[in-house]
Amino acid sequence: MNKRIEEAYEKRPRNWVYNTCIAVITLALILWSCSAVEATGAADGSGVIASNIIKGLLTPDLDFLFDFSTSGVPYLMLETICIAFLGTIVGAIISIPLAFVSAANLVPKPIAFIGRMLLMAIRTIPAFVYGLMFIRVTGPGAFAGLLTMGVCSIGMITKMYTEAIEDLDVSVIESLDAAGCNTWQKIFYGILPQLMPNFASTAIYRFDINLRDATILGLVGAGGFGAPLIFAMNAYRWNEAGAILVGLIVLILIIEYISTRIRTKLTRG
Amino acid sequence: MSIYDKIFKPHVYTLPNGKSVEKKASRGPVYAIIILAMCYLSVQITGFDMAVLAQRMGEFFVILGDMFRAPKFEFMENVWGPIFDTIKMSLLGSLIGSLLSVPFAMLASTNICPNKIVVSIVRLFFSIVRTIPTIVTALVATLIVGFGTLAGTISIAIFSFAYIGKLTYEEIETVDMGAFEAMEAMGSSRPMAFISAVVPQVLPFFLSNCLFNFEGNVRYAAVLGYVGAGGIGIILNERIGWRDYPSVGMILIALFVTVFIIESISRYFRKKLV
Repeated sequence: MNKRIEEAYEKRPRNWVYNTCIAVITLALILWSCSAVEATGAADGSGVIASNIIKGLLTPDLDFLFDFSTSGVPYLMLETICIAFLGTIVGAIISIPLAFVSAANLVPKPIAFIGRMLLMAIRTIPAFVYGLMFIRVTGPGAFAGLLTMGVCSIGMITKMYTEAIEDLDVSVIESLDAAGCNTWQKIFYGILPQLMPNFASTAIYRFDINLRDATILGLVGAGGFGAPLIFAMNAYRWNEAGAILVGLIVLILIIEYISTRIRTKLTRG
Repeated sequence: MSIYDKIFKPHVYTLPNGKSVEKKASRGPVYAIIILAMCYLSVQITGFDMAVLAQRMGEFFVILGDMFRAPKFEFMENVWGPIFDTIKMSLLGSLIGSLLSVPFAMLASTNICPNKIVVSIVRLFFSIVRTIPTIVTALVATLIVGFGTLAGTISIAIFSFAYIGKLTYEEIETVDMGAFEAMEAMGSSRPMAFISAVVPQVLPFFLSNCLFNFEGNVRYAAVLGYVGAGGIGIILNERIGWRDYPSVGMILIALFVTVFIIESISRYFRKKLV
């Protein structure tokens, strides 16, 4: 017995050439990437700046944090939630047809490939470029922000929808077919119940991400807490930035808790 | 939601053998009402207007058309440097972040670290770091270390730290602990048992996550340049400022090709790993 184990152990696959090659390439890439580390250095002592930043972030501006008018943190957070929510819905709606077009088991391979390339192109354009384009459409503000969020969500949502569609259990549809159902009944009783929990779970997950990414919208003035946060930071008003960040962290932790609970409920049925 | 069942009575089916089955009333309407209410509120606050969208949607394609109708191919020589900077920055940042996250991930998994207080503190730390937007860390980093790729590398490392850390501790928790216990019973120390029983189970997923994270970071690094943290974002921002859209189109095409190549390589290795 022991001998057979030892023989099997001796015969284990040993592709050390391949492994060494990978290791050498990885090491070379890492060394190569070290050459990029360059910085101009801060204008005046970086230690002073760092301590100021930390001091400001630890003592947030409480008046600003609990100001319930339209210029306070709570309203900014509400606006951001609304942008992320509608943005996710817009993205999810646009994603449905795109997902069906790029699902490899429904359409011919070349079309699915084109669909995937299109998605990748959509995903590559950075959010602030979309922001600029949409500001041309709607003017600066929350409306442009939600459209940007929507378009930025398309890439990931479609990818996950496509996977859900490709995992579809076809035997259910066949048995409905055998029972004499028409197309609408097949879609309603065979396909939708399989896809809905998955689609909803993806949308909720993306809502989570959109809330975190909403800061980027501030760069181009497309609504939410991003612009006030970046202005505050650029003007070294760290107490204000701290107030917004505290609000943001609390908000995201709450939303994450809720969304994780909903998603576990959805997947367990 | 038992009150809900009392108000809307479940539908009772009587089977041929005399037994009856209850089908609870659908919860659909409640969810629909919640979603519609939130939509209404959001439309009010954000000023969403279908009419504006339908009327002015053409404007969206004006800039897009300027970018890709005739991208300026001569501009490519200015793109090479920044695009390699972006890749280097993401690679180094992802590497530092992922390596740094490993010890913390071990402290955050209940089956390796028996101390509940330490576990919850480390997890809270991960959550908080993850909520801080990358743009904010990049901006803070540029203020402390100055403009350049170092700031970008730092902020990517911080993001990777939190992201990989969370995935890794979740992975360590689902590991089969039988081998670990067997090794401990045979008299090997805990670190030895961890290295030879837990690491081989976690490593493929860990590497796969790292690759995925790197892939995402290359794309994300394009945004970081906007605040001066190095890479392709700097020239992107500059060209947008000059309304030189053909050059912007060229930068985006270059970015697309880069991301495509990196994604293909990383997908190949991830398939091999898992």
